Amino acid sequence: MRTNSVNNMLKKIIYAITTVLILISVYLVFFIAPIPIDPGSAAGDPNNFKIFYFHLPIAISAYLCFAVVFVSSILYLRGKKQKWDMLSLSAAEVGVVFAFLTLVSGSIWGKSAWNAYWVSWDVRLNTSLILFLIYLSYLMIRQAVEEPEKRARLSAVFGIIGFISVPISFLSVRFYSKMHPCVVPPCPSGGGGGIGGVVLYYLLFNFAAYFLLAATLMMLRMDNERLKEKANELKRKSNL
Amino acid sequence: MKFLEIAKKDLKAEFRTKQMLNSMVIFALLVIVIFSFAFGNEATIFVSNLNKKIVDLLAPGMLWIAFTFAGMLGLSRSFAGEKEEGCLEGLKLCPADRSAIYNGKVLSNAVLMFLMEMATLPIFVVLFSYDIKNIPGLIVVIILGTLGFIFVGTLLSALTVNTRTREILLPVILFPVLIPVILSAVTASGTMLANGDFSDVAGEMQILVVYDIIFFVVAQMVFEYTIED
Repeated sequence: MRTNSVNNMLKKIIYAITTVLILISVYLVFFIAPIPIDPGSAAGDPNNFKIFYFHLPIAISAYLCFAVVFVSSILYLRGKKQKWDMLSLSAAEVGVVFAFLTLVSGSIWGKSAWNAYWVSWDVRLNTSLILFLIYLSYLMIRQAVEEPEKRARLSAVFGIIGFISVPISFLSVRFYSKMHPCVVPPCPSGGGGGIGGVVLYYLLFNFAAYFLLAATLMMLRMDNERLKEKANELKRKSNL
Repeated sequence: MKFLEIAKKDLKAEFRTKQMLNSMVIFALLVIVIFSFAFGNEATIFVSNLNKKIVDLLAPGMLWIAFTFAGMLGLSRSFAGEKEEGCLEGLKLCPADRSAIYNGKVLSNAVLMFLMEMATLPIFVVLFSYDIKNIPGLIVVIILGTLGFIFVGTLLSALTVNTRTREILLPVILFPVLIPVILSAVTASGTMLANGDFSDVAGEMQILVVYDIIFFVVAQMVFEYTIED
């Protein structure tokens, strides 16, 4: 009982830190941080480039969530412990939301930088879209099975398959786009440059904020699942 | 070699009625016919700055749409048939490794799909009066792409057969995972159709081979979890 309350205390502290960090990061990005990358001859307002401070941390957080799904799927299949299934579900849901936000923020940025929301044969865009689709179908599988044990088992299998196909998708899209030369300025081959100095510090701060946000959401989602489990048990007991 | 027996059983049952094979071939034929209605007149127009006819640009995509959609029909039935009358329980009682069931199903599905593709290609050539330049190369690409499709498809077909909405769910979860195969197969077939060589598509061939190997191995490891109860 005591460890439980200590745990709860710890969780509350983490939630509080997350809230504060996210608020600070929003303030920093909008009012203090410099424009991260030289906008060059981009069409829109150069301030739009600040969306980069959100875009990159959210994208990396989504990748991390999917890695968590992969690992906890393997652990579930090895030991059949329910907590690993809960973790995969929570990580997948948070990951899908973050992947969607990555696509949205990327499109907004793309409109400003490339004057197009979507550039069909850009590598990064398609890999992000494929990731999003794979984990959407993961959630679809979870919806289609009712028995908890079977649902956990089947979705764990797909969690493994889906994650393995991601690096190959990445490579295949790169080969495909070789036929369609990269014409827009932030090319995948030439990207990544120009980040350093003060921009890097703001970026790292945002990374910390969004990693914590992903972790917090996962913890909340797992608590949610546990409560649902408890409610079901109580229902079953009162029926007897 | 237990998986050979399972494949033999499947094919024997299939060739007694030819239900699945007929519907796959007819479906692929219909897809090609619809494309020929849709693109028939414009297909022969010559695009001078690409030095190609329009049909050259569309051909690989049309072929693979026909192959994958028709193949999907076969896949979705491959385990659904076993579900009736408790056949899957019988298979699981076989004194064989669980992966033998998977390998047997892969073999029988692959045979059906290759037969369907063998019927579809000539129809495509006739309807578009098309001239395939590098036939051996195209055959290798089609075999590799089909194997990748079957390796993942059979596993996911076993996975979806336990769900409520199996026929709807299979294509939805299969296509995102298949994107590497479809992309590489389409580009590689396009090159082969236009008299390319393996050296022109080395990257795509590598992807196809790597994808086939990885998913064949992973499927051996995880298949038993999809059918256990």
